[in-house]
Parts: sequence; C-alpha cells; structure tokens
Amino acid sequence: MAELSGKYLVGVYDDDDTVLHAVPRLRKAGVKIKEVYSPFPIHGLDEALGHPRTRIGIAAFMFGVTGCCCALTLMIWTMGIDWPMIVGGKDPISIPNYIPITFELTVLFTAFGMVTTFFISNGLGPGTHFHPRFDVRSTDNKFVMAIDLGRNSMSVEEISRALKDSGAEEVNIKQF
Amino acid sequence: MHVTSPVREPLIQGGKTYADVTEDICRHVEGTPTKEWKIAFGISLLVLAYGSVCLAWTWWEGLGVWGLNKTVGWAWDITNFVWWVGIGHAGTLISAILLLFRQKWRTSINRAAEAMTIFAVICAASFILMHMGRPWMAYWALPLPNAFGSLWVNFNSPLVWDVFAISTYFSVSLVFWYIGLIPDLATIRDRATSKVSRLMYGTFAMGWDGSAKTWARYEYISLILAGLSTPLVLSVHTIVSMDFATSVIPGWHTTIFPPYFVAGAIFSGFAMVQNLMLITRVVYKLEDYITLEHIETMNKVITLTGSVVGVAYITEFFIAWYSGVEYEYYAFFNRMTGPYWWAYWAMMTCNVISPQLFWSRKLRRSITFTFFISVVVNIGMWFERFVIIVTSLHRDYIPSSWAMFSPTRYDIGDYIFSFGLFFTLFLLFSKYLPVVNMAEVKAVIRSTSANLPSKIAGVAKVRQRGAAEPAFNKDQE
Repeated sequence: MAELSGKYLVGVYDDDDTVLHAVPRLRKAGVKIKEVYSPFPIHGLDEALGHPRTRIGIAAFMFGVTGCCCALTLMIWTMGIDWPMIVGGKDPISIPNYIPITFELTVLFTAFGMVTTFFISNGLGPGTHFHPRFDVRSTDNKFVMAIDLGRNSMSVEEISRALKDSGAEEVNIKQF
Repeated sequence: MHVTSPVREPLIQGGKTYADVTEDICRHVEGTPTKEWKIAFGISLLVLAYGSVCLAWTWWEGLGVWGLNKTVGWAWDITNFVWWVGIGHAGTLISAILLLFRQKWRTSINRAAEAMTIFAVICAASFILMHMGRPWMAYWALPLPNAFGSLWVNFNSPLVWDVFAISTYFSVSLVFWYIGLIPDLATIRDRATSKVSRLMYGTFAMGWDGSAKTWARYEYISLILAGLSTPLVLSVHTIVSMDFATSVIPGWHTTIFPPYFVAGAIFSGFAMVQNLMLITRVVYKLEDYITLEHIETMNKVITLTGSVVGVAYITEFFIAWYSGVEYEYYAFFNRMTGPYWWAYWAMMTCNVISPQLFWSRKLRRSITFTFFISVVVNIGMWFERFVIIVTSLHRDYIPSSWAMFSPTRYDIGDYIFSFGLFFTLFLLFSKYLPVVNMAEVKAVIRSTSANLPSKIAGVAKVRQRGAAEPAFNKDQE
C-alpha cells in the first residue's frame, strides 16, 4: 500500500444525478470514497457518502445563548447597578425594554459564531487558496469523485472499472 | 429523479447547461469594462463628488445649513434614512424569507438584491452620521461609559435600539451575502487567467473546494442565517418605526407603525430591485436568467405590499377619527388638506393606486411599465416618510410655533450624495462580482429549465410531452 499513498483516482461525472446514484453503488461494491466535489449542493449526497449530520446547529445555539446572556448582563449591570437612572418613568431594570437589544445581540452572536465555526471546521480561510483540488472543473460544470488509493484494498483497475460502470466519463490518477 | 413540469414556466430560459451558466455570468466579471459601464460609473462618481462637497460643507458648517427650524427639527435626513433602510429590506427578504419558503425563483435575483441591501444600509447609515451634526462623536451611541465617566447610553431609548438593530442588520446581511459569494468566487478563481485576479478572488474564496461535506454545512448555515435574518428584517423596521411610535407627537404614536413600516419597506425595496434588475439584465445580457416570470413575480409582491400599505393608510386615518383625540384627528386631516396636501396626495397616488394596475397580467409583464411603476413606487415611498415626519412636526400644539420646512441646497445635496454612493458601489459590485448566484442557479436549472443537460431519458420524455414550453418561449420575446 505504501507506494499508493498520496495517489488518488479521480472520477469525473457530468451529471449530478449520475454521481448521486454512483455513490451508494460504489460504496456497496467496497470502494472507499474520499470526497465528492460539485459546483452546487446535491441534496442527499452527504448522506449517501456516509457523512455524519453536521452539528453546527448546536454551536449556533450555544453562541445565541451567549449573545443573549451578554446583552442582558450588559444592560442590567449598566442601567440597573452601575448607574441606575429612571428615564421616561421606566424602571432602571425593565426587561421588556431590553428585548430589542437582547434579540439583536443574540442574532449577531449566533451569525458570527456560526459562520466562524463553519470556516474553521471546513478549513476555510484567507491564505488557503492554494488548496489542492482534484479537478479544476469541479467549480464549473463537473462532478468529481476522489478515491484515496492508499485507503482502498481494491486494485486501481478494479476501482477504475467500477467508476466507469457507475457513469464516470473520465477517470484520472492524481498524485500529491 | 428530477422531473420538469410541463405546465410551469421554466425559470431559466435559453436551454442553458451548467457550463453556459458559468460562462454567461462570468463574462462581465472577466471582460474589460464596457463603454456603458464606464459612462455610468463616471456619472456616479461625479454625483458622488458633488454630494461629498455638500456633505463636507454640512459637517464643516453644522446642521444650520439645512432647512430645519425649531418646529421641524427632523426632515430630509430622517426621511432619507428610513427610505434607504426600507429599500434595503427587499434584499434580505428575497434571500432569507424566500429561501425559507423554498421559492426557487429567488436564485436569479438574490445576489444583486442582497448587494442592494448592503449598499442601501450604508446610505442609510450615512444619514445617521449626517444628522448627528458632530459625526466624530458617533461612538457615543455605542455602549461605552459616556465621556468616559460612568454614565451609560440609555438602553430604554428606541434610538439606541436602532444603533443595535441597524449595525446587526448590516453585519448579518454582509455575512449572508459574503457566504453566498464564496462558491462563485471559487469558480472565478479557477477560471482566472491573470495573477492579480487569481490572488484577489483566491483570497476571498478562502480555499473553497466544493466538497460534499462543505456543501452540506454550507446549506445548513444558509438556512439558519435565513432563519435569523427573517425576524431581523421585521425587527429592524419595527424598531425604526418605534423611533416615532414611542413619541407623543400626533401622527407618530401609532401602534400600526411596525407592520405598516415593514410592508412599506418591502414595497419600496422590491421596486428598487426591479429598477436595478431591469437595467442589469439588459446591460449584462441576462434576459435568460432574469425572465419575465421573475419580473412578474416581483410585481405580485409589489401589489401585495402596496395593498398592505394602502390598508395601513386607511386604518391610520380611521383610528385617528375613531380615537376621538382631536390632536390626532387634526394631524391626519391636516395631512390631507393642509399646506403639505400635495405630498400626501403624491404618496397616495404613487403607493395606493399605481401598484393596483399590476392586477392586469399584461401590465405586470410589461418591462417598460414595470420600470415606470417601480420608479413611481420609490418616489411614493419617499413621500410617505416625508409626510409622516414633516407634516406631523410642522403643526405644533401652539399655533404660534407653526412652521414650514423647505429644503436648502445642502438638504438636496446630501440626498444626492447618497445616490452617488449607492450607484458607485452597485456599479463596482456589478463589474467585479457575479450579479447572479451561479451555484444556486445551477442547482435549480435541472428542475426548472427549458433545457436538459442530463442524459437521463426519463426526463427527456416528460419534456417532450410538455408542449406548453415553446409557447412560454414565444411569450418571452
């Protein structure tokens, strides 16, 4: 296997339906797929590839709770404790008046926290633009399936044949 | 398997393949600026320069250069602010609410509409800074101990809510827009031929590779961002309306303001989207992407929101009478028959009557008429804000302090500044970034397009049966 490490077999498809149907077929045949790259999201593809459901929503919720607590703490402390003041007959600590800012900060923390989590968890960020890609057409009109040969017990020919059978119009070998 | 409806009109015309989409949308980004673009950009810069001189003078001399007086202490500045914020709302509505409602027609227009939101909010924010008089003290609105002592901003005040609402709205919209841009930036990066564009688009594409895992997370966060932005849209204009509604001025403290302002915002925002898209589709030859179907659907939204606004005007009037409060009744009667009657009737004509013409399918699908009505609606919505603000202020409780407002050249110049800023930013956007969301259009092209890039025979059969499609194509011409 050592001579195969860093070597990838890249199947290029020209149709999103074909690639979606190819994934379970290939997995059933024992091919371990590294990843599929596409110019737009294909619904059901991550499930077909066996990716676990994203937990980014939990992160988003936690950021939202943080934002909510920060907003309430800020307002209760400044208005009620640090410099209590009655304006327009409203109590220094009056929660209904705090609702708009609490809502805004909850949204702000959720959005920024969630997007930052998204960038970090996907390894995206400025400076990562020399990321190796398997086929440059995967951001245009092709659907590209990458198979790490080092992690597959099947031979190159066998996988190549399986890819072609599943509808790949090209099969290339890439070495990184 | 995808099935194309033989009954519904295709969203994308012209038999596009995925590669065609990339080619059509990237063309204007990759090509050199056209002569028309250069002329338009030159005019925008001139307008911006003139506006900047007026703005600089406003800040140098102080707000005394405006036509404000002791009675009318708020006029064009707040009118323009509310108008621009309102225009911004359609972008978020298209990207967020229509995403939640799974409206596929949004994909061709969401990018430009979101860009419009960002630029409109920047213009709105410029009026906040302007009317502060001392804009270098703008940070006082932030929750810092005032004058660095121990006194804080008043969190009970709707004006402080506004600071939080607008800045959150702007930041979240910017993030939403940018996240949507990343896959398209990656497409341009991968097609770039020059070193500079590869570096620039590469940096902003952040190493996007379009893997299934990334797309799954991307879709997930887009949905949550849409879920967050939807109440945000409602909250922003609700809070803007509360700036007025929590006061004691007759004509302002109206409980109907929040929903009425939100509907008005969507109304004017869609009109501005129409204006921009009708020009963009011709200039960048995007008639296959922004079709009559899109224009018609937006016109339906304009009719709906225009009707809501009309009902709000009538309700406001009814309540002014029904409340039995003489000051309230006078404020509204005076709007209609007082010295600013022309502004009131301009508002009524533009906002209540003109969108009703869209009940006619022929007019709804007429490009010239749509453009005309969109301009009319934007004028009407400006008058709405003017009427609410100036007519409510110019008649005080004491007749001796009654006054009129007339704008000076600096009021007008500062408004012109915002137009220059808006169009300069929009033209830069439309040249250097894809105006249509390529990834999203590609995702809907299969199920909605008149074309079939796939080899799947089953879909082709369905398509053959769909005899209605050529008729739609004919209609398009």
